[in-house]
Amino acid sequence: MDTAEIIVTLTGLALSAFVIWYFFFSARQTAAAVSTSSGVQEVDITVKGGYSPDVIEVERGKPVQLSFYRDEENSCSEELLMPDFSIRRDLPAFKTTLVELLPQQAGTFTFTCGMGMLRGSLVVK
Amino acid sequence: MEPTTKTETLDIEGMTCASCASFVEKSLTRTPGVQRAMVNFATEKATIEYLPAQATPATLKEAVVKAGYGVTERAPDTSAADRQAEIDQQKALAYVKLKRRFWVATVLAILIMPLSMLMLWPAMMARVNMHWLNYGLLVLTLPVLFYSGREFFTSAWNGFKHRAANMDTLIAVGTGAAFLYSLAATVVPGWFMRRGLMPEVYYDTTATIIALILLGKVLELRAKTQTSAAIKALMGLQAKTARVVRPDGQEVDVPIEQVQLGDLVVVRPGEKVATDGVIEEGTSAVDEAMLTGESLPVEKKTGDPVFGATLNKTGSFRFRVTKVGADTMLSQIVKLVEDAQGSRAPIQRLADKVSAIFVPTVVVIAILTFVLWFDLAPVEARLPLALVNFVAVLIIACPCALGLATPTAIMVSTGKGAEHGVLIRNAEALEKAHQVNTVLLDKTGTITRGEPAVTDFVPAEGQDAAQLLQVVAAVERQSEHPLAEAVVRYADAQQAPAIPATGFQAIEGKGAQASVNGQAVLIGNFRLLDEAGISLSPAVRRQADELLAQAKTVLYVAVNQQAVGLIGVADTVRETSAAAIKRLQAMGIEVVMMTGDNPQTAAQVAAQVGIKRYFAEVLPSGKAGKVKELQAEGRIVAMVGDGINDAPALAQADIGLAMGGGTDVAMEAAGITLMRSDLQGVVTATELSRQTIRTIKQNLFFAFIYNTLGIPVAAGLLYPFFGILLSPMLAAGAMALSSVSVLTNSLRLRSFSPAKN
Repeated sequence: MDTAEIIVTLTGLALSAFVIWYFFFSARQTAAAVSTSSGVQEVDITVKGGYSPDVIEVERGKPVQLSFYRDEENSCSEELLMPDFSIRRDLPAFKTTLVELLPQQAGTFTFTCGMGMLRGSLVVK
Repeated sequence: MEPTTKTETLDIEGMTCASCASFVEKSLTRTPGVQRAMVNFATEKATIEYLPAQATPATLKEAVVKAGYGVTERAPDTSAADRQAEIDQQKALAYVKLKRRFWVATVLAILIMPLSMLMLWPAMMARVNMHWLNYGLLVLTLPVLFYSGREFFTSAWNGFKHRAANMDTLIAVGTGAAFLYSLAATVVPGWFMRRGLMPEVYYDTTATIIALILLGKVLELRAKTQTSAAIKALMGLQAKTARVVRPDGQEVDVPIEQVQLGDLVVVRPGEKVATDGVIEEGTSAVDEAMLTGESLPVEKKTGDPVFGATLNKTGSFRFRVTKVGADTMLSQIVKLVEDAQGSRAPIQRLADKVSAIFVPTVVVIAILTFVLWFDLAPVEARLPLALVNFVAVLIIACPCALGLATPTAIMVSTGKGAEHGVLIRNAEALEKAHQVNTVLLDKTGTITRGEPAVTDFVPAEGQDAAQLLQVVAAVERQSEHPLAEAVVRYADAQQAPAIPATGFQAIEGKGAQASVNGQAVLIGNFRLLDEAGISLSPAVRRQADELLAQAKTVLYVAVNQQAVGLIGVADTVRETSAAAIKRLQAMGIEVVMMTGDNPQTAAQVAAQVGIKRYFAEVLPSGKAGKVKELQAEGRIVAMVGDGINDAPALAQADIGLAMGGGTDVAMEAAGITLMRSDLQGVVTATELSRQTIRTIKQNLFFAFIYNTLGIPVAAGLLYPFFGILLSPMLAAGAMALSSVSVLTNSLRLRSFSPAKN
């Protein structure tokens, strides 16, 4: 093995490790819902190559209103899916789309883009 | 004529207390032309009725401002249809842009390709300066990368910031790597030569990949708009205006949003019914195919319900509005289909798990491919080989095919179902329906019509049948009893002329009496005649016994104290039942019937429609138990009911099918609602679910196989054995086609049509 091979091998392994850590194990941006006076839990979510915040904490049994603002034209994010709540919504670019739901059970419910590439989760407590 | 007023709603700013509200209200009321003003402090809204001739929204705002408050400009309320129109417009625009980017990439790639292959003609090569050629290629590639392919890079970067990776990440890293290598070879060729490497460039690879991926996207977008075509068609059915009858009798066309409960609406031949209601005047035939899938027009008369979006055929009628907006049948169907399209099929679970980790995993595989090729290939070729295979792995991997496999099929098929009057609650119900091997039918209302009909009309010896029917119908026309209605329907069907009856009197629990043509007529059960002291002749008695033995209800008719005839009434089997049951059996499904009737009747109906197994004398409370009994035999049971007292059984079954629009309770409990009242819907639902699941399985199989074969081949796994390497350009072509194939396969479901018998 020459020096170049050693460098390439070590860099490759380090990069792989970084990819695995970065995408699967690093900490996520979490946000808890803010309850309004009328008891609706509101969360603003920006959609741009992903959902920020992408972990949303809400309380069980209270209505939730998610405001998705899609800050891009990229077609990846044009659809929003929340299969556990039977929701499929088109998100128009540069517009806010309201999604209302009532979580009855505690648990973690994933929401994704139309193809399941962009992911976020609704944590119901 | 009273001048028409208009209503305006304003959002008021700056009100701090209830007295502010009354202040604004006063100011508005004093404005010329304002009939009435109401200001709500809590909602901060003012509702103003005004004469458009004397006031305008601008003068109203002025009045509010004069009172010292502000008016918030608010976006007009957008209806679902408007929102959809805006989304469609955006999508159309995005499609145009995408096509432009595709054409730019394609034209440039076509130029770049032959220029990159000059080395194939050594004679040409000798005349060209390699160095300047590379710069020329670089200039041609830049627009491909930064105009056509920019979205891949921005999307990948945005995703990266969110710790998310998608298809664009793979394309960006792949083309980016090829481009950067080429750039280095163009700008500092000396560095490569010193290390014994040819300074090769991959501009053709970069440009071709982007052009092909964009081609895939163009095709994909075009196909995707078709998956939701059915639901858009449903939404588009909504009438835009209604012809409302004002209290003064005037007919006015008003926008559908302004139609209110209790309004009287006129519908003329050839017009769409504006919303749901009940006919008050007139008769007609209405085409309800768009809601129920029933192709024959339905006869409607006073008292019958009509539904918005259906088409009035022959007569004109007036109906009283009972439902508007989101409560109408059409809106509910749209909602149900939308919900179903957003739901997840259990079959998708594995694909979901895989796509969640797909892209980062592919990136790792690509990196390891690079390392292995670099370490194992001959020194002079290791860098280009490592690079080419690295790029090929990234480009061939297609998470889209996995992601599209299930949802697109579900979307097409739920829409298709609605077209045929089969409403599927969610993807899980659709999936469950294809596993069903036993269908349990609640006899009444499914196999049979669930309403009595005259089966036998038996005049006593010496009586004229036609004349007797006239007399009987004359009495029964006055009655509201369901059995009487059956007799009237029968008489109408026989076209018996209507004659008047006088002195009609209903006798609770026994029957009715009236006088027709001066004759005293009694119609009712045996007790009615018995108590009137009328005896039956042995012949009539024998005929009555025969009818009773067939489990029919018998009506006795007496004229002038003499028994003159019998009428046998029974729930009749629908014409379509036997054929539908046969079809289900041909599909390998056992059809079982249950009924509250006695075993003889049950056996008779079962034989009539070709059912071998049945449960008789089942009490309403025992229906769910029978479902359990079948399930205990290891069967997967679909329960079909008309929704009246069988909600628990529908819920207990693996899949419940509620028939005839069903009651709300039944629709809640049922996985599938059949808008049409016949068993053909069960066949349609089963066939649709089987075909959909078959499509999904094909899609998933293809998506998994494509990726599990494609990635190793792209990594160069075949090279040591067969010397085969996959060019990144071929990889791009395969990738572009893979998601399009999945979509196209799903769209095949659009040609679904239920088998006709």
